[in-house]
Amino acid sequence: MATSTPAKTVTTPIADIGRSPLRSSSRSPVSRRIGRVLGYIALAIAAAGVLLPFFWMLMSSLKTNNAVFTIPIQWIPETFVWSNYVEIWQKSDMTTWLKNTMVLALAVTALQVFTGSFAAYGFSKIRFPGRDLLFLVYLGTIAVPWQAYMIPQFILMSKINLSNTLWSIIALQAFGAFGVFLMKQFYETVPEELSEAARIDGLSEYGIYRRIMLPLSVPALASLTLLTFVNTWNDYLGPLIYLRSPEIWTIQLGLKSFVGQYNAEYALIMTGSVLSVLPIAIIFMVGQRYFVEGIATSGLKG
Amino acid sequence: MATTLAVQRPGSRLKRRNTLLGWSFILPNFLGFAVLTLVPVIALFYIAFTDWNAFGTANWVGVDNFTRMVGDRSFMVALLNTFYYAAFHIPLTLGLSLALALLLNRKLRGVAFFRTAAFFPYVTSIVAIVLVWNMLFSPELGPINQFLTAIGISDPPGWTTSADWSMPAVIIVGTWREMGYYMLLFLAGLQTIPPELYEAARVDGADAWQRFWNVTVPSLRPTTFFVTVMLTIGSFKVFDLILVMTNGGPGQSTLVLSQYIYNKGFLENQLGYASSISIVLFLICISVTVVQFSVNKRRDA
Repeated sequence: MATSTPAKTVTTPIADIGRSPLRSSSRSPVSRRIGRVLGYIALAIAAAGVLLPFFWMLMSSLKTNNAVFTIPIQWIPETFVWSNYVEIWQKSDMTTWLKNTMVLALAVTALQVFTGSFAAYGFSKIRFPGRDLLFLVYLGTIAVPWQAYMIPQFILMSKINLSNTLWSIIALQAFGAFGVFLMKQFYETVPEELSEAARIDGLSEYGIYRRIMLPLSVPALASLTLLTFVNTWNDYLGPLIYLRSPEIWTIQLGLKSFVGQYNAEYALIMTGSVLSVLPIAIIFMVGQRYFVEGIATSGLKG
Repeated sequence: MATTLAVQRPGSRLKRRNTLLGWSFILPNFLGFAVLTLVPVIALFYIAFTDWNAFGTANWVGVDNFTRMVGDRSFMVALLNTFYYAAFHIPLTLGLSLALALLLNRKLRGVAFFRTAAFFPYVTSIVAIVLVWNMLFSPELGPINQFLTAIGISDPPGWTTSADWSMPAVIIVGTWREMGYYMLLFLAGLQTIPPELYEAARVDGADAWQRFWNVTVPSLRPTTFFVTVMLTIGSFKVFDLILVMTNGGPGQSTLVLSQYIYNKGFLENQLGYASSISIVLFLICISVTVVQFSVNKRRDA
């Protein structure tokens, strides 16, 4: 609200009278310019606050260990140590971790998108007794933190011999209520007349889902796909509890164990961090529109 | 015969058909959801009243676990720390994300880029974020303390190595990570406010501050409500951030409820006791949500 003060002091209400109500017409050019300058200063400070840690991570990943912590801070490395990006693959099991994480993220995403969009169709387009109550149960579990039922869930997974396998994470992440919720929000914006017309043309409900709803909901499916992929990629707690053997570790577990093993290799730790973030950064850059839309639809109407 | 049936009970066949159809769509997801979420949630309320320790049998002990909690100093510490985190994280994130949204809602150059940038911490993994911040917070040579020394603070805090400063450090990182997410929600809310409202306020002679309080704040009420509920649940269940960043320490200075559940359940195999603490966490989250919903409803009326 830094910009509001100058506007208040300079505004002359009398000058407004008789003027056409254009936007910002109440401010004089000087105060408007001050407002803009203050806006840019605030934007620059906020951008620095958000981005500097990432910049520091990237730069440290290209330094020698001794150059990571120096007085004064070295923002740009004196010599770029690209060899860190070779060494990390030799010193750690990066390949295994990345492969496991990729397998999990793809499997979970495929299952979540399919079962979520399928169930959402049942919840939004077919009327039957008990439907709304069932949906309420789904919604209710969103308010129940996973931390509260992780113990019974772990016991159950152990009983069916899933713990310490990659299947446990797939089972854990693939059937969440979130996908159902997001897709239902979207289907509800599709006019009923469309599916009604298809029904008259003799299309079955499955046909309507596949031929009409799926093609229409590509943007929502993209949001759900990206959000689920990123969530699974970043998950630390699920793998921590379920994946005990090193050969099935994900990148998050692997990175954490690497830090325990080489806690003074500051530069290499940052190299590993950069590599673990890189796939997400690329996905995010390419699909940021879908991230934003997914958050906005699932968030606001809740 | 089919026709007479249809005449006698019109709609009942359709209803049955729809029920079967509806369930056929929902079932693939529901099976997984029921087995992995509903069953554990229900089981929780049984296990919490037993003395199960993973090896022996589970004996019913009534409310013993809950009375034990009252005398458990570590539990009380975890409970207080959870409230400490929530008490600062909620208002800080709320304020900052709203301020950012207001800033981005103006016609400035670079706004689109910044919106992307601000959201990026939220999609970055906790592990990577914590590794960076722990280095930034490094007490001796870390950039943050160098900056603080440079602006004249001769005795900068020890952050994650100090019992007094570890919680503030965690709160800073938590707020930094999540503000972009809530900013997006606020931004979406701001864009639904009709510009005519601001024009009308301006014609009435309201200055920027008055416009903010009398137009923006009331129009954002549904968004603010939703953000507050999400933030509150998120704060009370804070876990991975703390587990990776401080592991509850130094001492017990950042031990929170979720981590105490994890310690008791997974490290000490006290499944019964850990489940009863889970119920406390569950009740806190549910009751906070219910209270916020009813307050919101009363204001609507």
